[in-house]
Amino acid sequence: MLAGSAAVGIGLALLLALVVVPEDADQGISQRIFYIHVPIALTAYFCFGLGAWKALLLLWRGDDRHDLESYVAIHQGTIFGALTLITGSIWARASWGVWWTWSSNQLVLFLVLFLFYCAYFMLRFSLEDGPRRARSSAVYALFGVVLIPVSFLAIRLANDFIHPTVFTREGPQMTALMFTTFCVSWAAVTLLAYVFYRVELAGKRLDLRLRELREDLA
Amino acid sequence: MNYLSDVVALTAKDLRVELRARDTLPAMLLFVLAILVVFHFALPAGADDDAAYGLLWVAIVFTALLGLARAWVAEQEHGVLDGLVLAPCDRSTIWLGKTLATLAFLLAVQVVALPAFALLFAPLDATALVGVLLADAGICAVGSLMAAMAVAGRSREVLLPLLVLPLAIPLVIGGVGAAVSPEGGRYLLLLALYDAVFAVLSWASFEYVVTEQT
Repeated sequence: MLAGSAAVGIGLALLLALVVVPEDADQGISQRIFYIHVPIALTAYFCFGLGAWKALLLLWRGDDRHDLESYVAIHQGTIFGALTLITGSIWARASWGVWWTWSSNQLVLFLVLFLFYCAYFMLRFSLEDGPRRARSSAVYALFGVVLIPVSFLAIRLANDFIHPTVFTREGPQMTALMFTTFCVSWAAVTLLAYVFYRVELAGKRLDLRLRELREDLA
Repeated sequence: MNYLSDVVALTAKDLRVELRARDTLPAMLLFVLAILVVFHFALPAGADDDAAYGLLWVAIVFTALLGLARAWVAEQEHGVLDGLVLAPCDRSTIWLGKTLATLAFLLAVQVVALPAFALLFAPLDATALVGVLLADAGICAVGSLMAAMAVAGRSREVLLPLLVLPLAIPLVIGGVGAAVSPEGGRYLLLLALYDAVFAVLSWASFEYVVTEQT
């Protein structure tokens, strides 16, 4: 049911973004990717946040379940992060003519974070399964979340001129229909990420259980 | 007082070991000097000072990684880390002791390396030097925690740079900014913020990284 509503949500979001919403005066058709790119980026941040939250629960409560939940959330975050970088590059190529630019804060911040969480998997795969791995991964995931504001401040010290600032202090700089489309898209992508998270978690738990049964039988 | 004396004992242990063995400090020193020479050939002719400052920070980060790797890998292989964890002291003293010792080595190396850099490439003003001090503290604090994580697994020498480099990026930004930008003070504030936040976080979470039971 959850998967069904996610599918419907994504379909509706795509319909709104590609057909219904009027074209942007400045950027033309390439602006439409904003409705996909920004929700994916926000969802990636959300997944990393969820991973860090589960990591905190693991360290705080000591319940082993949270290790796998944290891992799966960060896995989803990394996937959506890769998608963010790809859709962002496509948008950059269409709008500015370059695939990448170092002068945009948000791009650089996201790249640093993406790199950080890729290293998470290196850490995880080099440690033996057990409480040591669970706790080290949890601490590392928490470091990632703390890194976000610190990196943001660091990268912001250099000025950002290029990355379009759509959400300013005066509120969203777009019409009501565009804002609605954006919100629908954001909700749909978040729901999709959550569905992926649940599916992957269930799959991995099943795999773990199967392995335990095999060991018991052997 | 007990906590402080534990930290002092652990730091003194590392310094004494180094004084007798004399393997880490010469290695780090030679490494940083060799890198500076490589930079001369890596920089194109007529490259401005800013590029040199950037490369200085690459040198500092990698020298620090070298020092961290040598500090922790040996302990893990000889079972010293396990012994320290079993000892009836607060585990965060291990982290603090190691961080202070590594910081001492890094500063000792930089006493030679920074004048060498100023001689060979570009001058370093007071802001830049304060930036170096703050960033050193940050790298050692975060690096010690990451090293504790990395040595528990396989491929520990490769893993340590992978874990530390993304975390070192704000430090490099701060350090280069302090040396290059006219508003160096803001970068120093950034470095101080980084140090405060990550030192506290590393200090608090070290216990969880080295122990297995709650």
